[in-house]
Amino acid sequence: MTCSEFLALLDDLIDDSVSAETRTELQQHLRGCDHCEVTLNTTRKTIEIYRSHEIYDLPAGLRERLHAAIMARCKKGC
Amino acid sequence: MSGTLFFCNPDNHRQLNPDDFPHPTAMATIQPIAGELEPHPDVALVERVRAGDVSAYDALVRKYDRQVFRIAQHITQNREDAEDVMQDAFLKAYQKLDQFQGNSKFYTWLVRIAVNESLMRLRKRRTGKMVSIDEDIETDEGNVPRDLADWAPDPEQNYTQAELGAILEKTIKGLPAGFRVVFELRDVQGLSTEDTAEALGLSIPAVKSRLLRARLQLRERLSRYFRMKKGSRQAKPGETRNDK
Repeated sequence: MTCSEFLALLDDLIDDSVSAETRTELQQHLRGCDHCEVTLNTTRKTIEIYRSHEIYDLPAGLRERLHAAIMARCKKGC
Repeated sequence: MSGTLFFCNPDNHRQLNPDDFPHPTAMATIQPIAGELEPHPDVALVERVRAGDVSAYDALVRKYDRQVFRIAQHITQNREDAEDVMQDAFLKAYQKLDQFQGNSKFYTWLVRIAVNESLMRLRKRRTGKMVSIDEDIETDEGNVPRDLADWAPDPEQNYTQAELGAILEKTIKGLPAGFRVVFELRDVQGLSTEDTAEALGLSIPAVKSRLLRARLQLRERLSRYFRMKKGSRQAKPGETRNDK
């Protein structure tokens, strides 16, 4: 397996949607390729960081104000 | 390292724009989604709203308001617009609830409305210029990993919460809107590829292609902050060295 082929399957590997046979091939490539191992690990870390540090948070006060405005208009039939 | 990286071009999706929002036909009751034995919990809430119970809609708003707000922020890149979009999306969904067929999930349907409202808001700001989430989509950046340095262990620990928030926001802002929304829906909110495709009006190959490019571009951009450096400090959010 080449690095190109590995990269083409990177998302499937991260999303755990590869067959056992393909997974074995990917793992075999990883054992001999530091670059792809770094790419895999840092891409996983990228997703993990964005998932655990949500940006664009909705502050509680603003959320309540928007929520009240929405529901007031719904109760009036919009 | 061998071989030239090659990606087929699966971006054969149709463009989503404010005028091609679907107008599903009304139906009396919501059917369970094909292939799913248990109806989604939202189905019962939607049925209650249809029966006149406004408090059930309150529950749906509380369940999804943060997610809708984030999607609007990703597209409009403007907090006030995102607030307006959030309100407008929930109001429009309420008004059109009779048109919701139930062959998609309520949240998927809601996202589609929110995306549409966000695009309309952008179009207003840009004095009528057509806006789509495909804008600036043709980019080769990040398709080939260039920064191959490993990251420090728990690299986010080297920054305060405020610094980290600024880094993450600045980094994702550099991506095209179509990448940002796919990444948010798939990786942050955890939607399936199929639901993401349906919500955005994209083909499944287009979603997959954008997700891979979004992940690789974010990884590449974050590397400048998180890469392991011997004897030197890591970059701070305000620094522009190596910024694209």
